[in-house]
Amino acid sequence: MTASSHPAEMAISVGLLTAPAPRAARAPVQRTVEVIGRRPVDAYVELTLAAPEIAERAQPGQFVAFAVGGDTSALLLRRAIAISTAEDGVVTVVVSAAGPGSTWLTERQVGDTLDVVGPLGRPFPGPPAGARALLVGGGYGAAALVGLAVRLRAEGHPVDVVAGAAAADRLCSVQELIGIADTVAVTTDDGSSGRQGLVTLAVDELLPDAGVVYACGPMPMLRAVADAATAHGIPSYVAVEESMACGIGVCMTCVLPIVGEDGRTRFSRSCTEGPVFGGDRVRFADVGTLPWDVVGADAMGVVQP
Amino acid sequence: MTATETRGHDGHSGRSDTAVDMRTTLGSAEIPSPVLTASGCSAFGRELEPFVDLTAIGAVVTKSVQLRPRSGRSTPRMAETPSGMLNSIGLQGTGIDGLLTEELPWLAERGVRSFVSIAGTRVEDFAELAERLRGVPGVLGLEVNISCPNVESRGEVFACDPVAASDVVSAVRAAADPAHPVYAKLSPDVTDIVSVARAVSDAGADGLSMINTLLGLVIDPDTMRPVLGGVTGGLSGPAIRPVALRCVWQVHQALPDVPILGMGGIRTGLDALQFVLAGASAVSVGTAVFNDPSAVARVHDELAAALGERGFTSVAEAVGYAHR
Repeated sequence: MTASSHPAEMAISVGLLTAPAPRAARAPVQRTVEVIGRRPVDAYVELTLAAPEIAERAQPGQFVAFAVGGDTSALLLRRAIAISTAEDGVVTVVVSAAGPGSTWLTERQVGDTLDVVGPLGRPFPGPPAGARALLVGGGYGAAALVGLAVRLRAEGHPVDVVAGAAAADRLCSVQELIGIADTVAVTTDDGSSGRQGLVTLAVDELLPDAGVVYACGPMPMLRAVADAATAHGIPSYVAVEESMACGIGVCMTCVLPIVGEDGRTRFSRSCTEGPVFGGDRVRFADVGTLPWDVVGADAMGVVQP
Repeated sequence: MTATETRGHDGHSGRSDTAVDMRTTLGSAEIPSPVLTASGCSAFGRELEPFVDLTAIGAVVTKSVQLRPRSGRSTPRMAETPSGMLNSIGLQGTGIDGLLTEELPWLAERGVRSFVSIAGTRVEDFAELAERLRGVPGVLGLEVNISCPNVESRGEVFACDPVAASDVVSAVRAAADPAHPVYAKLSPDVTDIVSVARAVSDAGADGLSMINTLLGLVIDPDTMRPVLGGVTGGLSGPAIRPVALRCVWQVHQALPDVPILGMGGIRTGLDALQFVLAGASAVSVGTAVFNDPSAVARVHDELAAALGERGFTSVAEAVGYAHR
């Protein structure tokens, strides 16, 4: 490998397709809110919250962070969940019961209250003028694209959606997206719904017409979609699902290696510098490692090989 | 927005009505509240602005700063544990230049008091940091982080050795602004914390911050490998509160004149009260902020109410009360 082929230096010499997502216009709030709707949807539970001050601030791509288990809970860390829709004083989220905290959330009933902080994180940047948008959701990540699809259609952008999951019961928000988008393609790993295969099957077909790509889902999917978009010269924005302790930017646990505007890579917080990153700014291959060219790696004793 | 408007889940509607005098001191520095943030748990304070009136809290204890920018460790950096968590951040930060040009001016412009945590791998690093913080507006004093467990070797945990700890503290005391109280942050991972406390106190520490996290480990039963990228991490949260309280108790008993900033699993005003009764003249709220971003203001209110209910007219009266 020559020096000029290193990703960080390519960023400077070649330039990237995306700019870092700007901060949200408004600061978050912490509120105790009431659950006004609970709807099991296949493998997930959709919660509807009366949260007017969060709803009025929220923009597509942002998330909320829930305290779980009550005031004396032994589970201290907040659960960060993408906002699906936020309108008319109501916020909806789709929760996947993965561990004890998210399971507790899925068990909330109408009339229960939740301590929630939000909206948090940076929203999806707007598309280039007139661009056709391709939205790609993996599993419950598709829920985070519903509000974005509504906004894009309202602004006159054609919207294609690809929703993928391991199996039919892991798909999410497909009916809502069918009602909003121009086209919706579905893929499942086992063929139990839509075409059998990964989302890239459909993404590769739709990319040539797209002017911008937005994606939310598990990391391997985001990487595949971002790489495909970048290979076509199309800007992509990915909303990552990193585990967070606080969601507000103080704990420093949710960092990813992100290429900044200056072309240098930093460990950037998924909560406050994300969760939306330019797809060509995430160094997916280096997640979970400490590359030598991350700012400050030298102070950790990691030197250029 | 004020802390009152963002009241958490305790139902209190505002600052306590009790007439308890909540003023206290960090060494020579007076502060209006005995409740502070904890280093490493509130970054540099900015992110808490939507949730807390930062000018009303005792001080923002900043994330430890080093001389140079530092990336911190690879991920995963966090593992949830019963009533707590392990962290393995590895002191990520922009370094002293970033602190001086970005973070401290932001705090000072708003009238927010800062208590700056400094860290390093050599005695000279600590001294240089203390030197560069002389006379900086808004800085009340220094917390010397000689006890971060997330470093390359246990030899870097100065607080595990009374002599090494004393070397750092005396160098910092000599280099620091004379108006800055110097607090040494101690590790509970020692055989006899009182001997370390006595050593750093003799070396010139104006106070003690107790405790840092305990070194811990979690293994993922699915991968059968350690969860954290750094393998081990620092345990914090209510799980460590009895350990922290024991350390404060022992040190206050042995060194009743040395001020203590108590921390370790404080989540409520009654938790803070225990630390005050054990001998702490101020407390830091750390991991609880991840659970409740308004925790620092809430703990202040709950502590004021708890002191009033017990007939105290000032927090100072209650310091070390459990020993009497």
